[in-house]
Amino acid sequence: MLAYTLKRLFAGVVTVWFIATATFIAMHQVPGDPLMNDKAVSAEIRANLEAKYGLDKPVTEQYFIFLGNMLRGDFGISFTQQNRRVNDIIRDHFPISATLGLLAIFFAATGGVLWGALTAIYRNRLPDIVIMFLVILGISVPSFVFAALGQLFLVNLNSLFGQSIIPVAGWGTFWHMLMPSMVLGLGTMALLTRLMRSSMLEVVNEDYIKTARAKGLSPTRIFFKHQLRNAILPVITVLGPQIAAITTGGFVVELVFAIPGLGRYFVQAVQQLDYTVIMGTTVFYGAFLVMMVIIVDILYGFIDPRVRLS
Amino acid sequence: MSLFEPTAADFEPLARQEKAEQITRPSLSYWQDAWVRLKKNTRAIISLGIIVLLGLFTMIGPLLWSVNPALQNLNQVSQAPSWAKSAVVIAPYQSWDGIRLDNFTSPDQTFTSLPEPTGFSTPDTPTTQRVRLAWDQVPGADGYNVYRNNHAPRDFNDLGLPLGSTYGDELSYEDRLSLEPREYYYSLVPTDGYDEYEVYSQLILTPVLALTPDEAVERGLITDTHEVNIGDLVTIEFHPLGTDYLGRDMLARLMEGARVSLFIGIVAPFLFVLVGIIYGGFAGYFGGRVDGLLMRFAEFVVALPFLLFMILFKIAFGIGPGESGIMPMLLALVLLSWPSTARLVRGQVLQIREEGYIEAARLLGAKDHYLVLRHIIPNTMGVILVTLTFAVPAAIFTEAFLSFIGMGVAPPTPSWGSMCNEGVKTMLSHPHELIFPALLISITVLAFNLLGDGLTEALDSKMRSRD
Amino acid sequence: MKISLSKYFPALFIACCLGVEASDAVDFESQTLTIALTQEPPQLNSTKATDQVSGMVLGHLMQGLVRYDRRGNVIPGAAERWEMDEKTATFWLREDAKWSDGRPVTAHDFVFAWQRVIDPKTASEYAFILAPILNAAEINEGKLPVTQLGVVALDDRTLQVNLARPTAYFVKLTAFVTFYPIRQDFLESRGDQYAAEAKDLLYNGPFKLTEWTHSASLKMVKNEHYWDSENVTLNAIHVDYITADTRARLNLYTDGKIGFTRLDGETYKDALSKRLRIRRFTTGSVFFLEYNHRPGSPTGNRNLRKAIQSVFDPDEMVNRVLATPGNLRGESLFPIWINGVNNKFRKEYPAPQAGYNIKEAKRYLELAIKELGTIPPLVLLVSDSPTATKQGEYIQGILLNKLGIELKIDVQTFKQRLAKMTSGEFDIVGAGWGPDFDDILTFGDLFASWNMNNRGRYNNPEYDRLVRLTMNSTDPKARMDAMGRAQQILFDDAVVLPQYEQGVIYLLNPKIKGVARRVIGLDPDFTYARIVP
Repeated sequence: MLAYTLKRLFAGVVTVWFIATATFIAMHQVPGDPLMNDKAVSAEIRANLEAKYGLDKPVTEQYFIFLGNMLRGDFGISFTQQNRRVNDIIRDHFPISATLGLLAIFFAATGGVLWGALTAIYRNRLPDIVIMFLVILGISVPSFVFAALGQLFLVNLNSLFGQSIIPVAGWGTFWHMLMPSMVLGLGTMALLTRLMRSSMLEVVNEDYIKTARAKGLSPTRIFFKHQLRNAILPVITVLGPQIAAITTGGFVVELVFAIPGLGRYFVQAVQQLDYTVIMGTTVFYGAFLVMMVIIVDILYGFIDPRVRLS
Repeated sequence: MSLFEPTAADFEPLARQEKAEQITRPSLSYWQDAWVRLKKNTRAIISLGIIVLLGLFTMIGPLLWSVNPALQNLNQVSQAPSWAKSAVVIAPYQSWDGIRLDNFTSPDQTFTSLPEPTGFSTPDTPTTQRVRLAWDQVPGADGYNVYRNNHAPRDFNDLGLPLGSTYGDELSYEDRLSLEPREYYYSLVPTDGYDEYEVYSQLILTPVLALTPDEAVERGLITDTHEVNIGDLVTIEFHPLGTDYLGRDMLARLMEGARVSLFIGIVAPFLFVLVGIIYGGFAGYFGGRVDGLLMRFAEFVVALPFLLFMILFKIAFGIGPGESGIMPMLLALVLLSWPSTARLVRGQVLQIREEGYIEAARLLGAKDHYLVLRHIIPNTMGVILVTLTFAVPAAIFTEAFLSFIGMGVAPPTPSWGSMCNEGVKTMLSHPHELIFPALLISITVLAFNLLGDGLTEALDSKMRSRD
Repeated sequence: MKISLSKYFPALFIACCLGVEASDAVDFESQTLTIALTQEPPQLNSTKATDQVSGMVLGHLMQGLVRYDRRGNVIPGAAERWEMDEKTATFWLREDAKWSDGRPVTAHDFVFAWQRVIDPKTASEYAFILAPILNAAEINEGKLPVTQLGVVALDDRTLQVNLARPTAYFVKLTAFVTFYPIRQDFLESRGDQYAAEAKDLLYNGPFKLTEWTHSASLKMVKNEHYWDSENVTLNAIHVDYITADTRARLNLYTDGKIGFTRLDGETYKDALSKRLRIRRFTTGSVFFLEYNHRPGSPTGNRNLRKAIQSVFDPDEMVNRVLATPGNLRGESLFPIWINGVNNKFRKEYPAPQAGYNIKEAKRYLELAIKELGTIPPLVLLVSDSPTATKQGEYIQGILLNKLGIELKIDVQTFKQRLAKMTSGEFDIVGAGWGPDFDDILTFGDLFASWNMNNRGRYNNPEYDRLVRLTMNSTDPKARMDAMGRAQQILFDDAVVLPQYEQGVIYLLNPKIKGVARRVIGLDPDFTYARIVP
């Protein structure tokens, strides 16, 4: 077990190095540099700026300096916000993206399991048809359309009541998070609902369910004790990658709902070619993603006794 | 009760009958069988039909609806779907000097209030080319603000769009700001040169839809300016799905956009699945050290945060002048997406390699290439096909997402994603600009998803035995 | 089969108890105004700030020697009076000018700040704006020590500036952000952290920053030590939202969460149908198409440029493409608000007009084809903003349909566009220029051959001579005559193609009075705003 974990962790570190290198190469392919600005500056000032950020050194040297700093956990100073360290930016904004992502996952998972189970129980009857229709809508409409519609809905809701019931944008209270996290979790919820439905349907035909029924167990008991528990396993497997995807994929809602998350920062950083922020964010997210996958794999071993860690 | 008495004849072998060997039900190959079961799935068949229709929409559509999708018409911006309209032919635009006071001196003080302006009127017929406004001098005013509204103003704070200001000696204003043939409520407010006096007078005007002979020729409504006289009515272009923010035909743009969206949506998955098959098949077939190395690399690529790298790669590849940016997007998609297919194929190959029929074929002397072509590839095809159908919606969404954050295809190339992005911004005032592209995306994604579901069921060998 | 929902109720229940904070964007009782910013202020260190958002925030927190009133006149700021001749400018600071810790603002604070700006080690991008001061250019190039800068504190309250050349507009210049004072002991106590957080700044303006949650919110409250604080009615300005999405801001405004927001072409119709009070403001920036004049570029050909000039209709651009009120036809590089000798420059020196003339355009095009052989497809470089790409598509449309010239649009993100502009990888580039100070030269020297911002590398000795004359003269008539001639050259040579003078429309809660909008200086200015019941 320990050996397995260590092996996975080592592979994770190598993966993070790979991500860092790929980012570094891709970033330096982009024409232009972070020091350019609307107003041109004299050669002397440019030279000073380059020296300040170490851009005067050859690219390979910059790469090794970066790797060295990365090992010490230091991503340097942002180019666009010259007073802020990238570590501070990540520390300030990642928790926001993570909170939003976790809440979205919570909505998606509870919703997905609930709807999935319901549709399986009412297979081919009205609740199934209605829910599946909504689910299909959920996976076939782009998220930015949902985000815009969601915000519009809040505006109309508030003006209907003549007062601000749910804030339309911003960050702070739970109410600020409600609509964005639901919008963000929608796609995943639809995915989980489908998964849950088919896995429920498969479980229904299993022998142990037939046995339980033959034993005369109550349907509720069968549902909770046997069906739900077994059907939920595949849902948990996809949850790991989905958590990472949602946490990194929050750009759209962060943009539309004015949420100061890290995703929005990344898009800005790419547009401004803010080298240090780009590097910091991708490496951090990459490491986060790798960790999530490892954790889920290990956890899965505990949940499902059939899976043995080799 | 008589007992059965066997005779010698009963122990004679029966004559060989052809019937026994005859296969009464037609032999079905794996694919035929899958097709039969797919046909039973109405949803999947409807989806397949929709996909074929989308293909026709993209390929044949532009032949039937041969409107140039790039042709701008700034007189018909963001028009909702409608039937053909007609417009009055008017003379070309002549600039207007307006009405000026010759001996005007600015008042040297600001008054507490001023009377309402009088004589607010239009000196000629208002058209969509221009609306001219004139008024009488308000003694004490050192300027005027002109407002225009689409509805009747309720109070001073509801005058609508602040069109412009004039100095104290200018008693006229010409409005040319995206005029439409509808009712407008103009308001005139006197000012002290900076701040407004809270009085206004109002004028209701309805400009007539108009165009000049030159414009009519440019837009192909007539061939020569002499064909029409000033004051004639001409029928203008018909836009079944309305127009966009530059007055381009939505239907034609949707067809062109379909090429981009479906190209990325179908070619990208096809390419990365192909790369994945080769890579994964290679790794799975050889196994051992090669397999370990190849798969380790694939795991690295899988670990790259997808959207972050999609954006980064897209920017890194760059878009040259006049390029649509489809290729960089395609390349980025393929580069980031192949490992998942590779892993899937490898898993399948490893599994199939151990199957009994492979053993059997090998014992019967089958060569490697025969095994690969005859057994391994056909048996992984099902899984691959399903992956492919589910990859299409994902690719279409990725394109739409990139367009939304402004990193999609470069204008003027339309794509459904970029059209949606434009449409979202004006979804309240011009809903048609959002609804049509969003609907097409939804239908496509839906069709591929349902087809994927159908295929999964049809190709599932477990389902086969269950029937 | 029945499934209990009770499992999920606790979460919902807790959520309901959290409640919603009730706050109004414009609160009469507390005189608090809430607004949104389009982006996080990237730099609140006045020596290095370059962008509008930082400038707007800093303008409420700091004050230079002079400032502008509502109508754009220069009025006393930290200085109560000043005198200027061709060689020196002397400012007398007011006695009650204080920092937010109660200590007086002295002439030394200005000397210190300006020396930091010009210090090559600071690498301030706006160091060029100090150029009229003696030795500024040499110090910035590292040829002289910073102590040689021509600015001296004669005593705590007298600041003397020695000028490198006669500069008619020097006093106006000192209202600019780069000229704000910084107190040496405070900056040194913070080191690199200076201006990084709210506590790392010292204020001498009407407000002070009390809270700064990066990318989320800022709180500015009235600075009691500000010399004119008795005339400041607002107690606080809260920036509660930071979002570039205009629709989100409109939604926040409709919801009563913010009291001020800018609209755009996509959102104004919604504001109109919601019966909101819309206002208009001309920002003073000019947008134009800049040609590449480098040898080898087809746009180096004057006849080709003239052909494009004759076919471009600024009226259509303003009314049909931009289609929002407030934009003015682009007729000249010099916008209408620029002052001339006695009146506005454009009234005294009307801009020559090409007007839309297809016959003339075709004639020029024929000449161009004769000289160039064929016209290769031109490359139009634009930024990736929706407005810029829309304009690009429009120009592509007219050049193709009217002149048969193929135009390739090159959409690039911010830095890539700058990189291509600098290296000359374009034929035409969509550009804009906002004024830095209140003098015609802020636009006039743009196409001087030595100006780094002359990205198309236009080089005309006669134009250079006119700019030099305007720089070194203090005679208003001679200066404006020179710029009048420069305006004629810009037209005759079709150096640039002015598209429009930018106007914006915005929403301001009718309960807020006294907000100043101005072309030069702090904009929007809430200093003397008040909230009425």
